[in-house]
Amino acid sequence: MEKIKKGVRLDHISKIYQDPKTGKDFYAVKDTSLTIEPGSFVTLLGPSGCGKTTTLRMIAGFESPDEGEIYLGDEPINELTPNKRDTAMVFQSYALLPHYNVFDNVAYGLKLRKVPKEEIKERVMNILDLVELTGMESRMTNQLSGGQQQRVALARALVIEPSVLLFDEPLSNLDAKLRVSMRTEIRRIQQRVGITAIYVTHDQSEAMALSDQIIVMNKGVVAQMGTPQEIYYHPVNEFVADFIGEANFLKGKLTELQGDKAVLDIHGNPLCVDAREGMEPGKEYTVVLRPEAATLADEGGMPCEVVLSCFMGSYQNYHVMVGDALVKLEEHNPKNKRIYQVGEHCQLVFDPASVHVL
Amino acid sequence: MARGQGAALDRKKLLADPILVTTIVLLITFLTLFILYPLAILLVDSFVGDGSFGLSIFKRIFAMKSFTRAITNTLKVGFVVGILSSLIGLLFAYVEVYVRMNKFVGGLFKVVSMLPVVSPPFVLSLSMIMLFGKAGLITRFLLHIYDNSVYGYWGIVIVQTLTFFPVCYMMLKGLLKNIDPSLEEAARDMGAGRWKVFADVTLPLMLPGLGNAFLVTFIESIADFANPMIIGGSYDTLATTIYLQITGAYDKAGAAAMAVVLLCITLLMFAVQKYYLEAKTAATLTGKASRGRMLIEDRSVKVPLTVFCALVAIFVIMMYICVPIGALFPTWGYKFFPLTGKWFKLVFTRYHGFKAFKDSFVLSLIAAPVTALLSMIISYLVVKRKFKAKGFIEAVSMLAMAVPGTVLGVGYIRGYSGGLFHTGVLQSIYGTGLILIIVFVVRSLPTGTRSGISALRQIDKSIEESAYDMGADSFKVFMTVTLPLIKDSFLSGLVTAFVRSITAISAIILLVTPSFLLITVQINEFAEKGSYSLACAFATILIIITYGAVLLMNLFIKYFGTSRKIKED
Repeated sequence: MEKIKKGVRLDHISKIYQDPKTGKDFYAVKDTSLTIEPGSFVTLLGPSGCGKTTTLRMIAGFESPDEGEIYLGDEPINELTPNKRDTAMVFQSYALLPHYNVFDNVAYGLKLRKVPKEEIKERVMNILDLVELTGMESRMTNQLSGGQQQRVALARALVIEPSVLLFDEPLSNLDAKLRVSMRTEIRRIQQRVGITAIYVTHDQSEAMALSDQIIVMNKGVVAQMGTPQEIYYHPVNEFVADFIGEANFLKGKLTELQGDKAVLDIHGNPLCVDAREGMEPGKEYTVVLRPEAATLADEGGMPCEVVLSCFMGSYQNYHVMVGDALVKLEEHNPKNKRIYQVGEHCQLVFDPASVHVL
Repeated sequence: MARGQGAALDRKKLLADPILVTTIVLLITFLTLFILYPLAILLVDSFVGDGSFGLSIFKRIFAMKSFTRAITNTLKVGFVVGILSSLIGLLFAYVEVYVRMNKFVGGLFKVVSMLPVVSPPFVLSLSMIMLFGKAGLITRFLLHIYDNSVYGYWGIVIVQTLTFFPVCYMMLKGLLKNIDPSLEEAARDMGAGRWKVFADVTLPLMLPGLGNAFLVTFIESIADFANPMIIGGSYDTLATTIYLQITGAYDKAGAAAMAVVLLCITLLMFAVQKYYLEAKTAATLTGKASRGRMLIEDRSVKVPLTVFCALVAIFVIMMYICVPIGALFPTWGYKFFPLTGKWFKLVFTRYHGFKAFKDSFVLSLIAAPVTALLSMIISYLVVKRKFKAKGFIEAVSMLAMAVPGTVLGVGYIRGYSGGLFHTGVLQSIYGTGLILIIVFVVRSLPTGTRSGISALRQIDKSIEESAYDMGADSFKVFMTVTLPLIKDSFLSGLVTAFVRSITAISAIILLVTPSFLLITVQINEFAEKGSYSLACAFATILIIITYGAVLLMNLFIKYFGTSRKIKED
């Protein structure tokens, strides 16, 4: 029963669609190459229209790539129809068969594969146990909560033991709390089964919580691929920095280059950062400052003016102006700290090591 | 940018599914042979029917006074019937949606909305003659008018209006229900009176819908054959003129050209309705009612509206009841008592009643499941699949909606009496039951397809995709997922197809041979001869069959339908 885990490889994949309004062709996915390691959990993350769902649907076989080839393991699968591909998808709308009960829904794929009855029963029961739905076999799907329906959808995909599990924004129809508990659940089950999983979402915290690797997509191309830490701390461009978490962008000219250190002039304040290769004096660079990495103080940083000060419970939310740049920051655990009010002039303090130069 | 590879892959994936490909090929063949080809042959006939290519045949028919008069007659009737039907339909819809009604009036409304489903097309003409004709129950015996003539323009207008307004009523009811009450409440709140609200808010929102209802009725009216045939007298419309041209004058080329003219009119109307008004209706009325509407209780509004609608409803119902009763009178117009069963007896003894019912019943019973299945397959392909010929399939099956039965009938005569393109191929089906069944199928296909498409559109696409993804091929997906999910629509399509087939006449009357006796043709024959009692007896039994079929369907859906289980939450 143990299957050899398979990865997925996209080799220069493009998909062209026609804009229904203008009638013009455009790339929904453009020249995308990816390698997804066997057994890993990879998230395709991006705003709507970035091509993430199209990519997933091409892997499932619902859409055909206009350029390039898709491999499952070593096998090219471009010409295979969805029913012949060794993938199983969990849909955003669950897509359970409404005229079947839970058991029949899960057993559907096995019946199509002509698995013997006894074995079907055993495998369905095992999977239902895994997704913690034991005892619900004979319920109709509309008698289940959203979370339970999603578990059935997951069980149905898992039971046929596909090489790759595909998720198309599976949690977006659930309420916020359930979303958080279901994603832990999905991660737990994926790790237990050890299956390769590709997960599409526009929710960056979901991507962070679930993934071994995150692929950030924008306008049909891969903007960055990496571990959650890499993506968060070392975004390759403003789009990625802004899409993953909150980001402040400070722009400044490079005034000095000393060995592996560089000094930028941020609105008249010198900022010493780690130099990266190819930096040139006189050019303008952008640094990314995360809101939680900075704090306000009476002295010892860049002068700034508070334009918003708002108590959020676990943190105090500030907006300050540094020169003409707006910086948002979160002062965590604000209970015993000095709170700055709107209009106050103070100093923006942060560790230069915690910023990232784009 | 080249989309070649994607398209090529899509094609390969499609070809990997032999059942799907076979189905598509068969479907295209069927639609081409039995919808496109007969219409094409009409065009060919009317341009080259007399040996040389040209407009000579058209010149000839347009020189015929009877034909040009038929065109004006048809348009005049269609226009007036369209307006009257949409207005009465709007009134009914408005009263149902906006006014608080008591149970009795509510019941009347329900009956009215059911009638067009179960009634054969010419029932109202029969009862109109029997109630208001020279020997009419009302004109002669109640009002002592001895020379009232119901035949002609007004007869057709009244009968068609009463036949078609329930369709408008149902169409407009759906639209009115989609108007968000808060729009009207906002207008009221700003100081508009009830009439102002209706004129400034409700009516403008409904205008495209009203236009739609008007055109649908217009098309129905000008395509209607049975009513003008029975009650038109010397007032000929296009449908009857074409019929007479081919059965009376044996002028096949002329009839073909006339059919082309009629087809052009309906196609034009259909195109306006489909591509202009339907889009507009959808655009103005997309909102769902956010909550229930405050029903009008104001007596000054409620009483006149309700009374008017109730009177119309009672009148229509009375006309329907008149048919079975008419079959029980010994001699209509002269002797009413004692009631007798002799006409029914005659139907079965002298006039081959059993054979007529058997023929009608069996042919319709074969046609119905074929139609229902075909329309579900077409809907599935159109809504859920992506392939090149999809546009063709959708367009042709919708086109059939705009083709009047008479036109189709002439097309079949011209297209099949000598075989395909007069080569003798397929000639053998001409004059058989098979061609009658095909006509039944083609005539009911658009309605079935339309309801199938709207049923399927409500099903989340990913449900079928998930089955496909789990390993089912197209055939499996259709059988295990699609069909069970639209079981209700399938069942009602089945019954609608049956009822439409068994009550069909316009195309059939041109194609039926003496070896088949069809009830509708019998009714038409007896009505034309003036044997109204016999016609009524036939019609009564027909109504019983159709009503029984509808009842059976409702029972079936109630106890075995899928929707109850699925929609429960």
